[in-house]
Amino acid sequence: MSLWQIILASILAIVVTPFIGGLLRGVDRKLTARMQGRRGPPIQQPFYDVLKLFSKQTITTTRTQLVLAYGYLLVIVATLVLFALGQDLLMVILVLGVGSVCLVLGSLSVRSPYSQFGGHRELLQMLAYEPILILVAVAIYLKTGAFFIGNILGQSEPLLPSLWVAYLAMLIALIIVMRKSPFDIAASEHAHQEIVRGVFTEYSGPYLGLIELAHWYEMVLLLSIISLLWVPGIWPGILLALFSFFVVLVIDNITARLTWSWMLRVSWIGGLGLVVLNLAGLHFFGG
Amino acid sequence: MGLITTSRVKSPWLLHFDCGGCNGCDIEILACLTPIYDVERFGIINIGNPKHADVLAVTGPANHRNYRVLRNLYEQMPEPKLVIAIGSCACTGGVFHNCPNILGGIDKVIPVDVYIPGCAVKPEAIIDGVVLALGKLAKR
Repeated sequence: MSLWQIILASILAIVVTPFIGGLLRGVDRKLTARMQGRRGPPIQQPFYDVLKLFSKQTITTTRTQLVLAYGYLLVIVATLVLFALGQDLLMVILVLGVGSVCLVLGSLSVRSPYSQFGGHRELLQMLAYEPILILVAVAIYLKTGAFFIGNILGQSEPLLPSLWVAYLAMLIALIIVMRKSPFDIAASEHAHQEIVRGVFTEYSGPYLGLIELAHWYEMVLLLSIISLLWVPGIWPGILLALFSFFVVLVIDNITARLTWSWMLRVSWIGGLGLVVLNLAGLHFFGG
Repeated sequence: MGLITTSRVKSPWLLHFDCGGCNGCDIEILACLTPIYDVERFGIINIGNPKHADVLAVTGPANHRNYRVLRNLYEQMPEPKLVIAIGSCACTGGVFHNCPNILGGIDKVIPVDVYIPGCAVKPEAIIDGVVLALGKLAKR
């Protein structure tokens, strides 16, 4: 890539992604409402929410928290730019973890017990989904011989037929990253449950807006990693990502929240088990 | 209306606090969230965290026991914020008026933007009241 292409791709990724993420969140709320027999808010509702949050008064609990809210957003944006430039997939996944660590540190820097609980649970969530993502990257490597997204994109045939078992595990990771039931344990979807709003409790006003924005980037990033599983042509990958998004919404609406120990059981025994099975299959039968 | 005002009017997040009423109004507030009324179509979310809330919906009369809690919740909400007194008790003290432990309506403790009388309030009246309050927000 020439310098201009790099700059163009980065700017495109930074500017376009919030619109995609916001629209997806809007579709999410609309579909959820329809599944519950309600009309639901308009598709552009998430944009209203974030603009409103940016216009609200700033209430400072600690300054550390404000810095870390910016840190969370910047690291996630950096991850997305790495992805858009076709860099190392392992790098992308691990830097994504650093972003979540910023969020956790911010929530642990205040005294509120709800925020502290949320922070601890967020760490457990990272512990649950990061190993799945890393092993999926390893599985992609075994199949294509490349960790670089640029090289994975150059594949001539889709990965999904030989990696569909790992794809099922990625759905578990997607549920956790999208903070959906049954694994919305760190930040309960609506804030009138036992941990109020968990990690987000003490973030307010514009800083909550920053975090929502970062969440949009995070969601789009994970959907993009899923779309890598069907690369020749751009549409099959996007359709696969949208299909996964829809499956997560259905699961969200038909399940109740589980405890963190259940989450670890499902993601480690179920999720990691599936990926290891896939790795073994690739190793012994070559896909 | 500018973009910011539109966003504020279209996304009021609601914090619900029961000062010690009989729970009748609280059930009517929750009825607003059911598929029949579905206030989420106006962007209203029932959120249990004062730091995220825009609208404080209070039911029940202010009393000596918890007026500090009420004031604390109000002070934790970032500006711009609205307060809605829901039900006769929250407006004036209602049937508890002149009881020894009662201060009166919640306007004895915090400034109130909209009063919605009724015992218990109908969900339609609550939605009307929230719309009225948002009209005041748009003019601010």
